[in-house]
Amino acid sequence: MTNSFPTFEGAYCPVPLRHNDQIVMGHGSGGRMTSELIQRVFTPFLSSPPLLEGNDFARVSLPFEAGMKGHLSISTDSHIVSPIFFRGGDIGRLSICGTVNDVCMAGAIPLYLTAGFILEEGLPVEFIEIVVQSMQAAAQEAGVQVIAGDTKVVEKGKADGLFINTAGVGWIPEDRIIGGEQARPGDVVLISGTMGDHGIAVLAARGDLGFETGIASDVAPLNHLIHAVLAAAPHTHVLRDPTRGGLATTLNEIAVQSNAGIWLEEKTIPIQPEVRAACEMLGFDPFYIANEGKVIVIVPPDEADAALKAMCSNRYGEMAARIGTVKADPAGRVLLKTSIGGTRIMDVLAGEMLPRIC
Amino acid sequence: MRYVDEFRDAGLVKGVLDEIRHIVTRPWVLMEICGGQTHSIMQSGLDQLLPREIELVHGPGCPVCVTSLELIDKALAIASQPGVIFCSFGDMLRVPGSQQDLYSIRARGGQVKVVYSPLDAVRIAQENPDKQVVFFAIGFETTAPPNVTSVIQAKALGLKNYSVLVSHVCVPPAMHAILGSPQNRVQGFLAAGHVCAVMGYWEYLPIAGKYHVPITVTGFEPLDLAQGILMTVRQLEAGIYEVQNAYTRAVSQEGNRTAQAMIFKVLQPVDRNWRGIGLIPMSGWGLRPEYADFDAEKRFDVSAIQTRENEICIAGQILQGLKKPVQCPAFGTLCTPQTPLGAPMVSSEGACNAYFRFGNLELSKKNETR
Amino acid sequence: MCLGVPGKITAIYTSGTLQMAKIDFGGVIREACIEAVPEAKIGDWTIIHAGFALNMMSEEEAQETLDALRQLALIDEEINASEQNLPATFGG
Repeated sequence: MTNSFPTFEGAYCPVPLRHNDQIVMGHGSGGRMTSELIQRVFTPFLSSPPLLEGNDFARVSLPFEAGMKGHLSISTDSHIVSPIFFRGGDIGRLSICGTVNDVCMAGAIPLYLTAGFILEEGLPVEFIEIVVQSMQAAAQEAGVQVIAGDTKVVEKGKADGLFINTAGVGWIPEDRIIGGEQARPGDVVLISGTMGDHGIAVLAARGDLGFETGIASDVAPLNHLIHAVLAAAPHTHVLRDPTRGGLATTLNEIAVQSNAGIWLEEKTIPIQPEVRAACEMLGFDPFYIANEGKVIVIVPPDEADAALKAMCSNRYGEMAARIGTVKADPAGRVLLKTSIGGTRIMDVLAGEMLPRIC
Repeated sequence: MRYVDEFRDAGLVKGVLDEIRHIVTRPWVLMEICGGQTHSIMQSGLDQLLPREIELVHGPGCPVCVTSLELIDKALAIASQPGVIFCSFGDMLRVPGSQQDLYSIRARGGQVKVVYSPLDAVRIAQENPDKQVVFFAIGFETTAPPNVTSVIQAKALGLKNYSVLVSHVCVPPAMHAILGSPQNRVQGFLAAGHVCAVMGYWEYLPIAGKYHVPITVTGFEPLDLAQGILMTVRQLEAGIYEVQNAYTRAVSQEGNRTAQAMIFKVLQPVDRNWRGIGLIPMSGWGLRPEYADFDAEKRFDVSAIQTRENEICIAGQILQGLKKPVQCPAFGTLCTPQTPLGAPMVSSEGACNAYFRFGNLELSKKNETR
Repeated sequence: MCLGVPGKITAIYTSGTLQMAKIDFGGVIREACIEAVPEAKIGDWTIIHAGFALNMMSEEEAQETLDALRQLALIDEEINASEQNLPATFGG
């Protein structure tokens, strides 16, 4: 017969699990779990004086002396890339470089970024650590600070692991007028390097199409390269990074904004052989595939050589090339002289680029 | 890329084009009957570099464009059903049915997956035993070997959750239909190189003989196409009508017998409705009775489908080479790649899409001296 | 219907009941089914469509075609030059 009198010897206080390994809904509550997550995972890698102040805002100053005039360049981007890790980078590096680059396309000096995170329930915390460290490295390379942040958690299935939004602000010196509407007939079109690397690298990492390749994403902060270009070619008219939709779509945007025609020479556009091979196999056109570390530079003809030389001297512009010219006609269109000497129109990307059998 | 770059050599292409220019004495109408060739011609701008005597028309060589509206609607009905993972080549995703496309099904929560190979669809079936996986088996003869292999593999694995919606079409009956039409203008044919890599070109001998039309088996790179055109024009100028092979590195007269045996193990000739053209008897392939279990049309109840073709779209006339896309009243206005009315504008191989994206002959001719 | 790309076989193996191969497309590697080319060996070239080898690709035939077209290009250069009464230039 057992002794049924309770002994209290097995009693213990059921302390809640710490959930150090994966994100749970509690991490998004705004309470202690949230602050612990931020302290443990974000702050060691992505901090700045404004962030450490712990306010709901960041108070920062702009780096100009009294009396200097200029403008702000502000941009925002949301990053939903899947998978979050791929050869050459990850969503963290992408989120910093993407916004730094967008801000720079005004000819601005990038200064400050904000970062908002949407975490999916179940996401391994280790993934966040890797991503945040990657963001730190990219921010340091670019010379920018992340000064405000936010973290939310959504239920499993409501986000693809991790979404990041970054917004950025930069400073444009007063005399600088750079924009998609500034291309003029006679201008020279330059590209800072090979096309299609990022899109193919992400596709390979996704695994759905089952191919292996050594191609790495080109994701990189371009502000130092752009700074060098603007020093060598101070009358640069257009800067734009050919991200989603690729080179063809981006040049079409510029052609429409400037109401000019852009004429390209197919054989001058640099493409890595492996990217070409992947595109051939899948039926893709490399001119429509996203790039995350390249910039289109459109300059007056007398500054083209200097701009090109400046790019080639930068680690992210070694394969820079002259790829075309701007003419008055046909206004708003992009034309390509093909490698066999024909001429065709390069239109914008219609929808999603999908592997084809035809 | 080896065996690709050499066949894009600008100097060699120029040599062939010069030869065509030297030998041509009168206008000729040539047809290529392969979406891949249409794409290559338009992408390289080859058609603009041909002497004006040569008119190239684009035949019904895009399986996406010629898949019947009824079958598209059946595909959409199947894809809409819960518990189905509908797998398809990317080409088919935006082809409009009577009211919607696979994209809109996906947006409403249907599971639609793009695959590079039908064997990937079999793998998806293995990984999702609680779902019905259906593969949209479209294509000409070229795509039949991988499509039937997926069925053979599924049967060998004992999969009960894999089926195929078959819409195979064959080239020779289409050529008969075009050449036999009283409105036919085609005088020479470029035969599709990869169809012939599988099937050989012995089937074209009676066609050349019956209609007195030279046929040249042609590859896909600009140099291949130029060479195919040259060999066809040579025959036309000499008044002969044989079947010749310009794609010798991949094609023999008998074709790939092993591949053919695989095809006929699983498929048999059936009547097929060609979108925009109509019924061509015995112009397609369907599953043999032994493989009826894998027929998605039988597995899913899709009999009560009402089809409604867009009345403005003149795809039929374009696919037969009777009209050019630019002659369609809707081309470039109501009908664009973003807002397609018919299949030839959707498929990147479709004549209308190719013309829209790559076309504009006046512009290029104006700048020939550039 | 015809996106077929030449690729070189770098490995052959069985997967389930199917003969498969690793195909090198010039630095990009993908698996393809080689059931229709039972004679294929490592190092051979095939035409790959939708993950399937349609047929062998003959390197000799490819070379012969290119050689013939090179000859044609040279002949046409000479014809063009004589038509324009200019000295013939080679290469192109």
